[in-house]
Amino acid sequence: MALNLAEALASIETQAEAADWRTAIRLAGAGLVAGGATTDAYTDEMIAAVEKHGPYMVIAPGIALAHSRPSPAVLTGGLSWVSLATPVEFGNAANDPVTLVIGLAAKDHAAHLAVMQALAGVLSNSVAMKRLAVAGTADEVRAVLGELAAAA
Amino acid sequence: MKIVAVCGMGIGTSVLLKMNAEKVLAKLGIDADVEAADMGVARGAAQTAEIVLTSEELAEELGDVPAQVIVIKNFFDLEEITEKLTAAVE
Repeated sequence: MALNLAEALASIETQAEAADWRTAIRLAGAGLVAGGATTDAYTDEMIAAVEKHGPYMVIAPGIALAHSRPSPAVLTGGLSWVSLATPVEFGNAANDPVTLVIGLAAKDHAAHLAVMQALAGVLSNSVAMKRLAVAGTADEVRAVLGELAAAA
Repeated sequence: MKIVAVCGMGIGTSVLLKMNAEKVLAKLGIDADVEAADMGVARGAAQTAEIVLTSEELAEELGDVPAQVIVIKNFFDLEEITEKLTAAVE
């Protein structure tokens, strides 16, 4: 059985409303803070990363992996999950608009590889992603992720 | 062969890209060492690597390097990665 991504999620928010990409990243950041993974400063660092490097974090159609680098604002590290009720433009020509924002915080470059493996497994599963996109509650998201982990 | 997967921070997108590139390389039977790196490290690493994998925005930021720069649009599309890597190593 592969690592269950649900266990690595500091928080799950479904069908959230965000007017723009900054608000969408703030939701993902707030999830990391609520789960004890980071402080508020990390949220600002994630937004600054997009301002500096552009919207490259939109890594696949509809999916943004919001993150910054290891810093004092990372307490334990972890992931947050925010699905959006209304898709948001990040300015990425190939993969806009975004319907899922994953917030990622890591203490160092090596610690989170098992989590990243699990994340890659989920995000590359297009059937599961369709179910996850329409999931209306955190429990539904957890249920799908649990099934995936059990099947892997 | 040395390949560098580049992202802004070196912990997120480049790690995912490295994982998927390794899957593709194994399937193609290409023996390669894939390293995930942030932009700062990558500017150095790209001097000795044959191939750099990254996104469109970051390819512009990386600028001119001796390595062949491959832009990946969908990091989870193994077909896209396979196609572009195959073309690059030929």
